Amino acid sequence: MTASDKQANRYRHRHLLSCELLTAPEISSLLDSADDLAEANRARLAKRDALSGRSLINLFFEASTRTQASFEMAAKRLGADVLNMNVSTSSVTKGETLIDTAVTLNAMRPDIIVVRHHAAGAVELLSQKVDCSVVNAGDGAHQHPTQALLDALTIRRAKGRISGLTVAICGDILHSRVARSNINVLNTLGANVRIVAPSTLLPAASDRLGAEVFTDMTAGIKDADVVMMLRLQRERMEGSFVPSTREYFHFFGLDHEKLAKAKPDALIMHPGPMNRGVEIASTVADHSRSVIREQVEMGVAVRMAVLEALAGHLPST
Amino acid sequence: MANAQNKAGGKSRKSAPADPPGGETVFINARLLDPASNRDEPGGLLVRGGEIADLGTHLRRNAPEGATVIDCRGCVLAPGLIDAQVFVGEPGAEHRETLKTASNAAAAGGVTTLVVMPDTKPVIDQVALVDFIQRRARDNAVVHIATMAAMTKGLAGEEITEIGLLKRAGAVAFSNGKESVTNTRVMRNVLNYAKDFGALIVHHTEDPYLSKNAAMNSGEVATRLGLSGVSKHAETILLERDLRLVEMTRSRYHAATITCPESLEVIRKAKAKGLSVTCGVSINHLTLNENDIGSYRTFFKVRPPLRADDDRRAMVEGLASGDIDIIVSSHDPQDADVKRRPFAEAADGAVGLETLLAAGLRLVHGGDLTMMQLLKALTINPARLLGLDAGQLAKGATADLVLFDPDEPWVVNKDLLRSRSKNTPFDEARMQGRVLRTVVAGETVYEYAGVART
Repeated sequence: MTASDKQANRYRHRHLLSCELLTAPEISSLLDSADDLAEANRARLAKRDALSGRSLINLFFEASTRTQASFEMAAKRLGADVLNMNVSTSSVTKGETLIDTAVTLNAMRPDIIVVRHHAAGAVELLSQKVDCSVVNAGDGAHQHPTQALLDALTIRRAKGRISGLTVAICGDILHSRVARSNINVLNTLGANVRIVAPSTLLPAASDRLGAEVFTDMTAGIKDADVVMMLRLQRERMEGSFVPSTREYFHFFGLDHEKLAKAKPDALIMHPGPMNRGVEIASTVADHSRSVIREQVEMGVAVRMAVLEALAGHLPST
Repeated sequence: MANAQNKAGGKSRKSAPADPPGGETVFINARLLDPASNRDEPGGLLVRGGEIADLGTHLRRNAPEGATVIDCRGCVLAPGLIDAQVFVGEPGAEHRETLKTASNAAAAGGVTTLVVMPDTKPVIDQVALVDFIQRRARDNAVVHIATMAAMTKGLAGEEITEIGLLKRAGAVAFSNGKESVTNTRVMRNVLNYAKDFGALIVHHTEDPYLSKNAAMNSGEVATRLGLSGVSKHAETILLERDLRLVEMTRSRYHAATITCPESLEVIRKAKAKGLSVTCGVSINHLTLNENDIGSYRTFFKVRPPLRADDDRRAMVEGLASGDIDIIVSSHDPQDADVKRRPFAEAADGAVGLETLLAAGLRLVHGGDLTMMQLLKALTINPARLLGLDAGQLAKGATADLVLFDPDEPWVVNKDLLRSRSKNTPFDEARMQGRVLRTVVAGETVYEYAGVART
């Protein structure tokens, strides 16, 4: 690929809200930059000035430790000033208040706002009311684009490719924005995507998402190149969607027995935070093929690449 | 065979087979009646090692040498009956019935497999309780006992039970016992979850808001008696909802007991759509009606309540047409203390294991059903529904048999019932047709004392 091709494939949008409309070249260009940044981070050479003099607001309506820290680290490595705002979800309701918050923040003239919200579509709504760039850090059960990108980068670095790989995404698909974003990105990059869950944790028309659907985990991860586990929220474990953690682990938890059905060199992934003994056996989480820590590392690199790409479109200072 | 039965929660041979190793028992001069193979012919049947070794007309008079011979004197030899709805008081209400006394009652009624309902204290909603029932049954019961586990924790209608692990432990189906799940979302999740394990959901449908405080079927009789009633539509309303959910989730569903033509119509439509739907009816709703309550006779207080005679007749027709799949006794022992009360305050329930076949034969003698139709709903149909390796006369099948004289007259005497509770609605009723011998895995577990042993 020539330099001008790379230029042509660059991410050119003002916001990053969803993975649904990302093209394969756009994704690849973000992953390429992130790959370089990851190496630079390891070599402690990453302090860049792409966001020097810029301000970024981390606006989190939903508690998050790792995603917020990851965005903060990424922004600071690029020289941005970072403001963390944790808005209590109890006092804030959707609609008017969200828009009020957006208008207020907009008046402070930030350059980028990173938003996580518990309601699907809230981030897009907010993006319509501000003049700066907006990055979706997770909206309800809708999208979590940087997670899917960091997962794709982790797979690509470990396997050298994504096209043609079989990726089994297992667990609470129904409530998962990670699953939706990953299905989009992995499909766009040519992977064979499978989703594996009990019927109670599958959304309606799950067979229309471009993934093969399994309710039997053993069949679902057979010969998979990548097994991606999802977190099961505690409030969903006690009878409403699955009867108990014991039964869930028995039929849908990743243990060595089930893992043996996947390819011998299958990667083990989890977006974190893990429930050891619920969706993943502790020893599997710490397995030599587990790339869960690598995912966290790639998180910073991918977010740097995304922020850098968005910075290219900011009005010059 | 016996192994599969064990897996399904039943018991295999209790102790050493009655016949010595290599020993054989032959039933000669029988009328072999087997709905699974549509067989109804004179013949004989050879039992070896707890299994049916051979059967057919060639054994009608010819006993193999050395075999113990039982002369059936032309009486009906059929697969042992399977009763898919039996309430037992163990654990929690052993004063009403234990697995042992229920199994004795079953044996006397020709029932060789009974399915216990999860309405116990504690509720059968955990693997340990399924294990408990199986161990107690193995040690104390004379017939096979299978377990239906709860589909919601504590039968509270809120949280799904460990259907996967319970099924693996041997639960043959999942039910909410006498309680209906009113929360539609919970019901959908239960059906959806059960589907992944191929588990059968058995539901008693009665809208509890409509049936609140109801003592009997609503209508003229209730009005004259001054009792509050529940309309049969309370049953059909929830059933219709359930069948919509089945259409949505494509799960396996069995309506525990239907009692009216409205419900039957809904079932027919669901079957016509190709849904995996079946239904049952209790022997009480086939043979009794609300008029039997007379002057507040609480032994006729059952749940769902006895309906009008038109409803009863519709149930018999539904059975004859095959739209109703199985008959259950809905055996529900209640002690005198909770029955001898003002009607509205008395407990629901009637024992039925020992009178199941005789009551059913009333319909045959009355010309409403053929013997084959009756036995089909009591043998192969429940066996197939619950995945039990039982319910047919075939070579290699476990020798679970009932020998009965379809014509012998007798009068029910509640004091002679083997059940620990005596709350039968058939006390002093005249019956025609009597169980002479019940055989479980080749062993005779009941023999009518009035017939000399051959």
